[in-house]
Formats: sequence, C-alpha cells, structure tokens
Amino acid sequence: MKKTVTLGALTVAALAAGAAGAATLDDVKARGELKCGVSTGLAGFSAPDANNVWQGFDVAYCRALAAAVLGDPMKVAFTQTTGQTRFTALASGEIDVLARNTTWTFSRDVDLKFEFVGVNYYDGQGFIAPKSLGVASAKELDGATVCIQTGTTTELNLADFFRANNISYEPVPIETNAEAQQQYLAGACDVYTTDASGLAATRATFETPADHVILPEIISKEPLGPLVRHGDNEWGDIARWTLNALIAAEEYGVTSANIAELSSAPTNNPEINRLLGTEGELGAMLGLDAEWAKRAIMAGGNYGEIFEKNIGEATPIGLSRGLNAQWTEGGLLYSPPFR
Amino acid sequence: MSDTHAQTVAYVRDTMLDQQDPPLNQTGAVKWIRENLFSGWLNILLTLLSLWVIYAALSHLLPWALRGIWDASNLSQCREIIAELYGPDKPAACWAVLAERWPQLIFGFYPKELYWRPILAFLIFLAAVAPVLFSSVPRKMLWVSALAPFVLFWLIWGGSLWGPIAAILGFVIGWAILTFAAPKIGNLISVILAIVVPVIYWLTLCGPLAGALASVVPLSLQTVPTQNMGGFMLATIIGVSGIVLSLPLGILLALGRQSDMFIINKFSVAFIEIIRGVPLIVWLFTASLLLNYFLPPGTNFDLMLRVIIMVTLFSAAYIAEVVRGGLAALPKGQYEAADALGLDYWKSMRLIILPQALKISIPGIVNTFIGLFKDTTLVVFIGLLDPIGLSNSIRATTDWNGVYWELFVFIGLCFFIFCFSMGRYSLFLEKKLRREHR
Repeated sequence: MKKTVTLGALTVAALAAGAAGAATLDDVKARGELKCGVSTGLAGFSAPDANNVWQGFDVAYCRALAAAVLGDPMKVAFTQTTGQTRFTALASGEIDVLARNTTWTFSRDVDLKFEFVGVNYYDGQGFIAPKSLGVASAKELDGATVCIQTGTTTELNLADFFRANNISYEPVPIETNAEAQQQYLAGACDVYTTDASGLAATRATFETPADHVILPEIISKEPLGPLVRHGDNEWGDIARWTLNALIAAEEYGVTSANIAELSSAPTNNPEINRLLGTEGELGAMLGLDAEWAKRAIMAGGNYGEIFEKNIGEATPIGLSRGLNAQWTEGGLLYSPPFR
Repeated sequence: MSDTHAQTVAYVRDTMLDQQDPPLNQTGAVKWIRENLFSGWLNILLTLLSLWVIYAALSHLLPWALRGIWDASNLSQCREIIAELYGPDKPAACWAVLAERWPQLIFGFYPKELYWRPILAFLIFLAAVAPVLFSSVPRKMLWVSALAPFVLFWLIWGGSLWGPIAAILGFVIGWAILTFAAPKIGNLISVILAIVVPVIYWLTLCGPLAGALASVVPLSLQTVPTQNMGGFMLATIIGVSGIVLSLPLGILLALGRQSDMFIINKFSVAFIEIIRGVPLIVWLFTASLLLNYFLPPGTNFDLMLRVIIMVTLFSAAYIAEVVRGGLAALPKGQYEAADALGLDYWKSMRLIILPQALKISIPGIVNTFIGLFKDTTLVVFIGLLDPIGLSNSIRATTDWNGVYWELFVFIGLCFFIFCFSMGRYSLFLEKKLRREHR
C-alpha cells in the first residue's frame, strides 16, 4: 500500500516535472551550474574532502558532464540525497542528474519514469565473514545471523538466495552502512551482506582486514548507473554519451595525459577523431560544441583513470576491475561506437 | 543572692570556657563523607560499587582519550602511529580527524575565506539576545535585537544589503501607520492597515526597490547558497530561528485555545492537535518531498526555509500547550482582578496574566527548546548536512572511513554545551523571578 502511494506520487511528480523540465540543457546553461544528486556518503563514490571539494567515482561522472555541457568541471552543485529522497529530488527537478550508485531495475526505469543512461559500475551483492567463522562459501551459512540494511534490494536478494538454497538465516536489521560495520565488528551478526564494492570498502577500514574474508558468491546483479528524468531525451542523450565517451576513451587509449596531443590534429584513428571532435559533427548533433567529449575526458581522465583514482587497487578501497573491465579485457564495459 | 552554695560547692567556675573546635570526625569533608557515603553497611556497599563503576568507565575512557593522536592525515596512518607509540593492544583515539575536519563540522561547506561572517553573525546574535535574556543589560541594546535578524540574514547568506533594508522599511511603514494614523482613523482600522499595507509593500514594491537601490549603490557580500551550509551552523540557524519564532506563535496559540471566539478557538485546537499528533520526521519529509509536488515545478523554495517553518510550527504547538499549563495554573482571581481594573483583553494579558503564566512555564518552555535544538539533527534524513550528516560524509572519504567515536564525542560535547547553557539560564531566570518565596 505504502509503496503504491509512493509510486503514484512519484508518477504524478514525474508527469508534472516532465512537462516543465523539457529543456534541461537550456536550464543548466542558463543557470551556469549542473545540479547533481549524490549519496550522503559511500567511501570512494562521493564524499567531500577537507577543502569542501567533492571527490569520488560518482562525483567524477558529474564533473565530466558539467565539463561537457558548461566547459568547467567545477560548476557542479552537489545535492546529498538519501535512499528515500533521491528519486523525488530527481522527479521534482531539484537535481538534473542522479549519480548515486543506484541500481538499474525494471520498475525504477519504467514505473518511476526515469531513464538510466548506462552503467558506470557493475556491482553485485556479497558476504563478508570473519576468518574465525571458518566458512568458505555462502552456502555453508545455514543458521547464520546476517546484518542487512533495511529497505534495500539487498534484503530481498538475501531472502531469495537463502530460499533457493534451502537454508535458514536470522536477519539483524541495520539502518546504515556505518552502523552495520560497528555491529559486525562487535559480533552482533556472523556475516554482513551488501554490495561487494561496499564490502571491500568496509573491510579496508578494519584494523585487521586480514581477519575477514569476502565470500566468493555474488548473489545478485546490481548494475549501478546515473539516471535522468523521462521526457527529455536530448538531456538523456548528453548524459548517456558523456558516460560512453569516458568508457570509449579508455578503450581507444585516450587518457588525460595524451588527450591534448591527440586532439590537436586528426589522428589516423577516425573513431578517436570523431570522439574528440577533430572530425565529424557529433557535438553539434547533441546540441553541444565539437570539443564536448574532450572536456569531459580532461575533467578527470577516462573511465579507467577515474576508477583507479577513486576506488581502484591503489586506493584503500582496493577494488579490482573485474566485471568493470573493458569488453576487450573480459569485462562488461562496452560503449556503442561513436559514429 | 544567697551564699548557701558558696559553702556547699567546692568550686564554681566564674568565667566562660572558650569554644572548642568540634571533633575532627564531626566536621568538614570527613563528616560529609561519613554521613553521606558511609553511614551504614548498605550505603558503604553502594558507595564502593559506584566508585568501582566510575573507575571502570574512566579507566577505559581516559587512557583512550588522552593517548589520542592529533596529527595524522588518515585513519591507517593514525593507527600506525598508535601501534608504534603504544604497542598493539592499547586503544587510542584518532583526534586527528577532528583536527583536520572541525571547520566542516562547525560550518559545513561554507567557503573558508568567509568564515568570519558566521562568526561575526554569532557574536551579533549574542549581543542581540543579551538584553532580552538579562535585564541588567542597558535597554537601548534592544535596538540591536530588533535589527539583528536582518543583519544576521545578510551576513550569513550574503547578497545585497538593500534587500534586508527594504524589508525593514515594511516594518517602519507599519509602525508609522500605528503611531501617526491611529488617532485620526481609529484603532481597529489602523491595526488592519498596519498589517495589510506592509504585506502589500513586501509583495510588490520591496523587491524592485531593493534592486533599484542596489543598482545605484551596490553594497553586497558574496552570496552563499543554503546548500553550502551545514554542521553546527545549520543546527544553530534552524534551532535559533525555530526558538525565536515559535515562542510568540506558541503564546498566541495558547491564548487562542483559551479564547471564547469560536473560529479562533477551534483553529488553535485543530492546529495544535494536528501538528502535535504527527512525528516531526513526517513534517520534515512533508517539507522536503511533498511540498515539491504542490508547488509549481521549477519553484525553488529554499529547503532550509521549509525546514525552519516546519520546525517552528512543530515547536509552537508544544509551546502552546506548555503556556496553556501556565495559564491554567493562575487562580481565577487574577483574571477577575484584571477585569475589575478595567483593563481590556490585551492589556490584562500583557500586564497581569502572561507575566505570571510565563514565569510558571519557564521550565517547560526551555525543555521544549532544548528538545527542538536536538531535534535539528533529524534533518539528516532529508539530506541536509547537520553535524551527524557531516560525520557520515567525513566517514565516506577513503581517508577517514571507519572513524566513529571521535566524531560522535565531539558532536555530543558541542550539543551538551548548547543545551546545558540553556538549562542553566532557565534556572537563573527561575531564581530571579521567584518573588513569592523571597
């Protein structure tokens, strides 16, 4: 019932906002600032540093988008959204784009009237357990107490997984990731389950990370990506192709180090030329200038550089590329061609 | 005088003995300890138990806090330093997170080079409340109090100075109508005019006038948008605005609830019961989410303003009930005495009823205010960066992911200082006003 009401309210809002916000690009340009919704705090994805400058993997996408549209990656106003407020903030036009590690699902895309512009991180739900528990697989967790964040898709996935494997568990409901870390360390639950990226980030903060193992099972698909409102396809295209430009840049070997050189004159790779605007009219088709993708890539580097800088193996979070490698290297990242 | 005893009694002292000090165990600290802590086997047992509990708590807490590291750039570095200094199993605090991030906890994302503005605003605020809180402060300072809201708004949000000045002009118009026009056109009409004319002025002329003045003499500070405000600054702005606005509103509602006029009475009752019957968090969600649906798309109604309005309405409902308690506690004779003196309603309220009723209500009012101030942390759920929200953000950086107690200890201490001083002030006020027992 509650859900239906929420969805209904969201639909009304989306319809109302869709009519009014038909030209988000013009609004953003007139305002001179991109309004980007991020999470209230997930290590590596979005957080303010000591100088009040936002940093992180999701933040980098917003900066690239601002660079493409406005020419300046710093012209972004970040709005912190919680799990409850994120969709209404987007539907009501309070933000132009939501980059808040949001899972792309059918109902969010179709029923809530949003448009996911792609996937910037392929995640999946996993488990972390103390080594002393002596389990090597999630299927051995019969009768375990599990710390789980309430109101998320992870809760439903967990129930599905245990039912499918015909084993039992006892849930320990938790509100936030921070609380979950404390509860897990205090021994309130045997295992903690959330997105694998979050588990890795969590484990990195433990005093003795080596005492905890992340179990090999990934029990759900969590494709996380930025999203915009339904009804403004031009804006959706810009958001989608900015993300694709970052991914394609990595595939073609365009980095923040060599982009100045590659864009100074047409190279012998026509795909790079079209991407960087030295050939063709792709920017004009989007309603932007020819160098939009160049600026987006220069904002924080290509997808690989953003990944390594914020959540990659050199950072305390230490995520490996895994599914998020380019398709040429066995991952799922696959940008449609720029032509 | 008979001399009989002079023969029968061998010795009679004819001088007074000097007073002796009481025995050592019947005086000072020793006596107090004996009487209060060790006066029987049960008390001895409880005393020892309490001492042990205090020791157990402090022996964990104090070394942890005192060993604390103040200089480190991230959590793992901090842990390394601790391991190096104290060995493996000695816990120690990483105060370094506060050393690095305290400006954020206090000011949120307010631009660093503009920190002087909220600090100055806070000092002006203190100067402005002093004459209201303490009667020993010269009465002329009340002018500072009257002008402070406009100056504070200008200092914190920035923008053109002419906006607040044009807004003040509205009040001046209202005052002028009340003083100069009232003798000619009658009281009731002048009161109505004094309300209607300024409102019309604010809605129509105020904006263009401020714009025109600004174009002639640009006097402006750099604008700081609301979303850059956070931490204790946000909590204080919401808390103080809520407190200042809800007290008069609450008093009016309390009077309205006692009123004989049907509509005013029923409106007050309905308002109080509806606002009080729904949790604050629901009202906050209403402010942040539902209002967006009712307002035309594209309207940018500042979120902090929405929250301040909701918080004010919420605490006004509570204040109304507290004040109603004070009104109900007054003997009927006080009302009758006021009537007998021939005072009209407002005069009798102002001179006789409210001074007594409010005095009775002080503990309850301050209690509500303390609750309101602490409730400002609830705005974290609608994405405003109160201190708790900022602690989440700080924890979300890779440097400080995993820091808990240090941040919460700091936030707790700051809130304690605010709320404790409010409580002390209420005690001071009660003592000062306690006339009948003096």
